[in-house]
Amino acid sequence: MSAPQPAQGGKQRLASGGRIDRSKPLTFTLDGSPYQGFAGDTLASTLLAHNVHLVGRSFKYHRPRGIVGSGVEEPNALFTLGDGGTREPNIAATTTELEQGLRARTQNAWPSVSLDFMAINSLLSPVFVAGFYYKTFMGPTRKAWMFYEHFIRKAAGLGASVADFDIHRYDYHNDYVDVLVIGSGPAGLAAALQAARAGADVMLVEQDFELGGALLDCAAASAQAQWLAHMLQEIKATDRVRLLTRSTAFGIYDGNTVGVIERSAPGVADPDFGVPRQRMRTVRADAIVIACGAIERPLVFGGNDKPAVMLSSAVGAYVNRYAVVPGRRALFCVNNDAAYADAIGLAQAGAQVQLVDLRPTTAAALLSAANNAGITVHHGSAVTQVRGFQRANTARIEGFDSNTGRVMGGAAHHEVDLVAMSGGWTPTVHLSSHRNVKPVYRSDIACFVPGAFDRAQFGAGSMVGEQTWDGAIASGWAAGAQAAGVLSLHSAGEAPSLQDAYGMAFVPAGPLRSPQSGGKSFVDFQHDVTVDDVQLAHREGYVSVEHLKRYTTLGMGTDQGKTSNLNGMGIMASARGMDVSLAGTTTFRPPYTPAALGALAGRNVRGHFQPERLTAMHDWHLANGGVKMEAGYWLRPLWYRTHGASLSEAYKAEMEFVRENVGIADTSTLGKIDVQGPDAAEFLDRVYVNGYSKLAVGKARYGFMLREDGIVMDDGTTTRISDTQFFMTTTTAQAAKVISHLEFLLQVVWPELRVTVASVTDQWAAMSIAGPRTREVLQAAFPHLDFADAALPFMGLLDTRGQGSLADVALRILRLTFSGELAYEIFVPTHQGLAVWEHLMQAGKPWQLRPYGLEALGSLRIEKGHVVGSEMDGRTTLGDMGAGRMASQTKDFWGKALSHSPHLQKPDRPTLVGLEAVDPAQPPSNGAILFFADDEIRGHGRGHVTSTTFSKTVGKAIGLGLLQGGTVHVGQEVVAASPATGRQYRLRVVEPCFIDPQGVRYRV
Amino acid sequence: MLRIACPYCGTRDHEEFSYFGDATQAYPDLGVEHHDAWAHTVYTRPNPRGIHSEFWQHTLGCRRWLVVKRHTVTHDIESVVPAAQRALP
Repeated sequence: MSAPQPAQGGKQRLASGGRIDRSKPLTFTLDGSPYQGFAGDTLASTLLAHNVHLVGRSFKYHRPRGIVGSGVEEPNALFTLGDGGTREPNIAATTTELEQGLRARTQNAWPSVSLDFMAINSLLSPVFVAGFYYKTFMGPTRKAWMFYEHFIRKAAGLGASVADFDIHRYDYHNDYVDVLVIGSGPAGLAAALQAARAGADVMLVEQDFELGGALLDCAAASAQAQWLAHMLQEIKATDRVRLLTRSTAFGIYDGNTVGVIERSAPGVADPDFGVPRQRMRTVRADAIVIACGAIERPLVFGGNDKPAVMLSSAVGAYVNRYAVVPGRRALFCVNNDAAYADAIGLAQAGAQVQLVDLRPTTAAALLSAANNAGITVHHGSAVTQVRGFQRANTARIEGFDSNTGRVMGGAAHHEVDLVAMSGGWTPTVHLSSHRNVKPVYRSDIACFVPGAFDRAQFGAGSMVGEQTWDGAIASGWAAGAQAAGVLSLHSAGEAPSLQDAYGMAFVPAGPLRSPQSGGKSFVDFQHDVTVDDVQLAHREGYVSVEHLKRYTTLGMGTDQGKTSNLNGMGIMASARGMDVSLAGTTTFRPPYTPAALGALAGRNVRGHFQPERLTAMHDWHLANGGVKMEAGYWLRPLWYRTHGASLSEAYKAEMEFVRENVGIADTSTLGKIDVQGPDAAEFLDRVYVNGYSKLAVGKARYGFMLREDGIVMDDGTTTRISDTQFFMTTTTAQAAKVISHLEFLLQVVWPELRVTVASVTDQWAAMSIAGPRTREVLQAAFPHLDFADAALPFMGLLDTRGQGSLADVALRILRLTFSGELAYEIFVPTHQGLAVWEHLMQAGKPWQLRPYGLEALGSLRIEKGHVVGSEMDGRTTLGDMGAGRMASQTKDFWGKALSHSPHLQKPDRPTLVGLEAVDPAQPPSNGAILFFADDEIRGHGRGHVTSTTFSKTVGKAIGLGLLQGGTVHVGQEVVAASPATGRQYRLRVVEPCFIDPQGVRYRV
Repeated sequence: MLRIACPYCGTRDHEEFSYFGDATQAYPDLGVEHHDAWAHTVYTRPNPRGIHSEFWQHTLGCRRWLVVKRHTVTHDIESVVPAAQRALP
């Protein structure tokens, strides 16, 4: 069976005209059925060409809905495009450029848009009023909502989100321009040309796939179309304007930074070759011209949501740009001059057109132009109701008094297949509002325009309320000159006029409701908000625009109320008996139109989600069973598969061979700072709580540094390399903070000290070799060096070089211990780290030297009672760490003054203790809250468990904790309660050192 | 995106910088006898609606500490100077 053939171009398509390319037919499918359009079409224009008006069901009532607009304002015609990971829900057909093979599906209807069982909601509509879900289902308990929510979300909603991985690439691009022009309508083009002629480098961004804005929707022979062609030539001739189509400026941020998402042209994106689907551009502009136009407002009358009720401007766009006739018997209902051109265009395309004007008169020239096109004009009238099931078929016209805004009766019914409406224009004030520029109401044109613009930003065209083509051009020309002026560039010349006098002047219109009219009048099509909902919100006291929005969900859809907000505010204002200017607008926030998360994430996905820092030995760990874990940006081996089947098995084995034999760990992630200068020792005296000026060359010292508020910042060892040079190590986590702190002190507080600091973390690889057999291994590895206790005592340094194949290698060997065993830290230049590591592994073979991971490293230190970030958690003092005696009494240091604050000296502060499980089956857990035996178990208790592990040496689960009174309570039992698990268990308080408190093991 | 004009490197995105906080306080001498002055320096902070002097470090650039005068409502930056040259009120 062969697939059904699509109709050629569609029966509503004109034989000639428009901006489509009839030589490039494109085929796509909607719900599996094939259709054909042309290059230059949108999905919406192609559907209309095939006379498809019914394209979806509404959010709440599941009413049949059609295409309303022709651009980003579209509330109804939302589709799910694509498949798998590239599937995208809720995409407006009006902004979807047609491409070959496009797969579109309708949404929010079951089984289909023409037969939707959920339409039962429409019959129940009297109960589905604003706030209905919350009033009905929230109930007295939270459970009610939890139960109903699932069903509500299924019945009410749009497309489904996508969980699959998107195979496409999204790119990121930085731009720096003199002048950024947003929008390529008459104002934007004029601004770009003027700024470029003044000598500025200009970027012009246009969300459409073609340049021209509203000019594109004018007839091919019109003055507008000719002006557009001329301007594009002139702009290209300057060679100073970068023209970006398919590029939406979605937000303006601090510092004249603009977020732009650029979509690739159909068929260009190619994941296999890394050609991106979209590109996020961050544009920094010295000056910005915002010329993003205006959006037409619907009129509010009964049945204004029926399919084939469209915006007048959309009809103009479909006829003139896409050569599509959306209806053959059309009725326009308008309140302004601009819409006449749309009606005339449709009449000239062969449709029978009537026009209902809310105003009592029209300018004579415009009226005769309409009459010449065969259009009957009814003044002082309004459409009050449209009927029809899946498409509008009847419209009722009644008299209308534009002074009082009242419907006067005298109904006449007209058979139609298209109703076009124009309630005036709403300037697109979104982008300027992102900078906290409040829109102000202009009663003469019944719309909000931007207030004063932010620095170096200028508005032009209909977004600032210009009502005529030439007014828009002139304002763009002026804005372009002003923008260039920011860069002290100047240009002269007259704005190229278009000579078209008809403007958008109109009378404001409220809801057009006659006393006898039934049916719903929609304000927000996408979220099914009616006039009645707005008035209900008013009666229930939700009268501010922000409350109105949240109570009725007006303007909360994917279209963000581009067609509905002002109508809703107008209806609320009149219900309150106040002027709409006093009501204000809701807050506009980025993005202006929906932005793909992929574009915002750019390349920062999967392995590139965040930077990875790898040590010189990283590959060795992976090749030898290392299981990596993240430690900040670092990846470190947590344990080795060669030592057990699981983490808990392996780390105990690794601890055991360090305690009984010898092990080696990669400690390259330690922060390392080179401190040099004549005043280096004095500087360290001020930085650390303990003294360094008396430290001998070739000796290391362990120290704490405090923050200015007296809390512990970090600990580490610092070694004196020479009189004027020290080698400082910090914890992995605090490395960046400590170097910034030192730089702050030297640059801001003590600029008189002759000291420089440099981070050398990445320059030195480091490894810690520990265990009773360590000395033999090192002696075998470096036979030219003397590792005897006398030659290299505890806290001593060997700053030397290797021998043989390692002759070029600088070795900085420090005899330090973290585990409490005989241990050495070996620092070597990073590029030689792996060579030295492998050399040690080879030399250590006779002693079965094996690597140990981070878990064993951390557990060994718990046994020894050494504190880390779990204890130095940004709230604890030196005293809390049990290290109060390290603070020098004879010198001052950073943080000393406030460390003497009464609240940091209180005797009941939780301080460091050791903890042992009383019941082996009840090991301590991190974060558990500590209580005394007779305490009530509630609140913050008397401290908490900070670190836990299993100690084979002790034969128990052990831990460290902070407990009020600290080691005063040694021998007592305390209760640990875990708020996370609800578990309670007993622990015994012990000294915070579980092995070798005298330090015999490492002083051998 | 704030654009900060580093006196050493030129105008850069704020992503290159780290924020530290109020730069209007003098740092007293370190001794315990200056406890009250330190408490004032550390805990008494202005929170102006308007121009605020604050420390930033050009961490992903020259690593110089700077004092940025920034408007807390508009985020307009009035001046950027090396922190060593800051003028205390």
